[in-house]
Amino acid sequence: MLKLENVSFSIKEKGRTKQILKNISLEFKPGKNYIITGANGCGKSTLAKIIMGILPVTSGKIYFEDQDITTLGITERARLGIAFAMQQPTRFKGLGAKDIISYAAGKDCTSSSACEYLSKVGICAREYLERDLDNTLSGGELKRIEIASVLARNAKVNIYDEPEAGIDIWSFNGLVDIFKHTLNKKNLNIIISHQEKLFKSADEIILMANGEIKMQGTAKNIIPIINNYSNVCKKLEVD
Amino acid sequence: MDKIDSELLLKVADLHDIPSGAYNIRKNGQLLGRKCTPGIDITSKTDKPGIDIKIASSVKNRSVHIPVIVTEENVNDLVYNDFYIDSGAEVLIIAGCGLHNDGNAGNSHNGIHEFWIGEGAIVRYVEKHYAEGVLTTNKVLNPSTIIHLAKNAKFVMETAQLGGVTSTERITTADVEEGASLEIKESILTEYNQTATTKFEVNLNGKSSRANVVSRSVAKGNSSQTFISNIYGNNVSFGHVECDAIVADNGKVASIPALKNTHPDAELSHEAFIGKIAGEQLIKLQTLGLTKAEAEKAILDGFLK
Repeated sequence: MLKLENVSFSIKEKGRTKQILKNISLEFKPGKNYIITGANGCGKSTLAKIIMGILPVTSGKIYFEDQDITTLGITERARLGIAFAMQQPTRFKGLGAKDIISYAAGKDCTSSSACEYLSKVGICAREYLERDLDNTLSGGELKRIEIASVLARNAKVNIYDEPEAGIDIWSFNGLVDIFKHTLNKKNLNIIISHQEKLFKSADEIILMANGEIKMQGTAKNIIPIINNYSNVCKKLEVD
Repeated sequence: MDKIDSELLLKVADLHDIPSGAYNIRKNGQLLGRKCTPGIDITSKTDKPGIDIKIASSVKNRSVHIPVIVTEENVNDLVYNDFYIDSGAEVLIIAGCGLHNDGNAGNSHNGIHEFWIGEGAIVRYVEKHYAEGVLTTNKVLNPSTIIHLAKNAKFVMETAQLGGVTSTERITTADVEEGASLEIKESILTEYNQTATTKFEVNLNGKSSRANVVSRSVAKGNSSQTFISNIYGNNVSFGHVECDAIVADNGKVASIPALKNTHPDAELSHEAFIGKIAGEQLIKLQTLGLTKAEAEKAILDGFLK
């Protein structure tokens, strides 16, 4: 469904070229949960933004359902069926959860249909519907609404950039449920995370280091290797 | 009423039809229609243009519409409206002014509104301003609002300039007595070469009086706006001013808040922001399938709503 061919991305820093992603080739198939993991700064969030079109590739190709989407912008990719939950959700003065969910669903949502999506991320829905997504909401509340906005898109490729960051204890089991229950034969989830507790929702885990794919395989095969791979998982560092 | 009148009234006073409650509609300086209802009395002034609106204590959850429209060039309408709200009354007042001008000579409306709000009365005052017609013709709106809040009274003012107004000078002053509260939400859109100045002067005179002034503005094109707010804490009181502005193109905004206490237990604060639409907001809405232009519109419409 989604294919990356030799995708590289570099930036200029103090006159020097710094390579963030190096020749990444990956294929994502429908009906699967993919987790991309790796240490901070390994390029996994950059990769997510490249797929969504937020950042351009320096070289390489991206195909979505056999269509070359390498040069398409964010809006066009979104309309084709790619959705993205930001690591740090944006705050808006004057737009509320209901507005964002309506835009995501591509139609004016009724309060009850907007509520359905919010209930899935475990927030008592009605009181949030009209509230602005501004500084009066906590980071955790915003994050849940961000995830709900992806659910409302009903997209084919759902990218979640560190979905667990900033949310409370609900997150892990609730998120694992969401990743499992929203999956069908026609869609897939790409989850950027270094939270080991989310690994159990993965069908495949992709381990990145220094802008490259180091390993890829089923959770069962990869987790023991990751556990031995020092300096890879932030969680493990903390432990 | 013709089609232009109806459209203007819909825009500035949300009127789809003649309102069911009390109303006074003024067009080109003349009275177009009036209705009083029990406890709500509207009479014309005899010494100058304008009306007196008297609301009795018995009035609860009622509305009064007093929109003004000016549809001819060279009409410079000046009106003095005085509102006497008896203690304990609860009322929604919908004002608003719409200008339409297809000519070359300008037109304007200066509305001077003074409110005497009795003890414990609650007033919500909604005022929308809008102008349309030949872009280069001057369409000017200068509203003044003077508010006297008696003990424990509450005044909520929602005021919006929807666009098309060449220049505006908006002045709002208030004195707030013990336990009374003043809540102002203002939103202003300017485009092209339009200018807007808005001044607030609030005196928190009474013990436990409160004021919250929130202004949101969007300045596009070559337009410019100045936001001045002076809050004086003259007693144990709470006052807050907020001015957020989004600028686009070459739009300019000056935010000048001034807080001053004459009482040691006054608590006054302000916050202000001037800047373009945040890039990440555009990106977020684009990931939901909106084009960049649609995203900008959604952000600005939401910001000013």
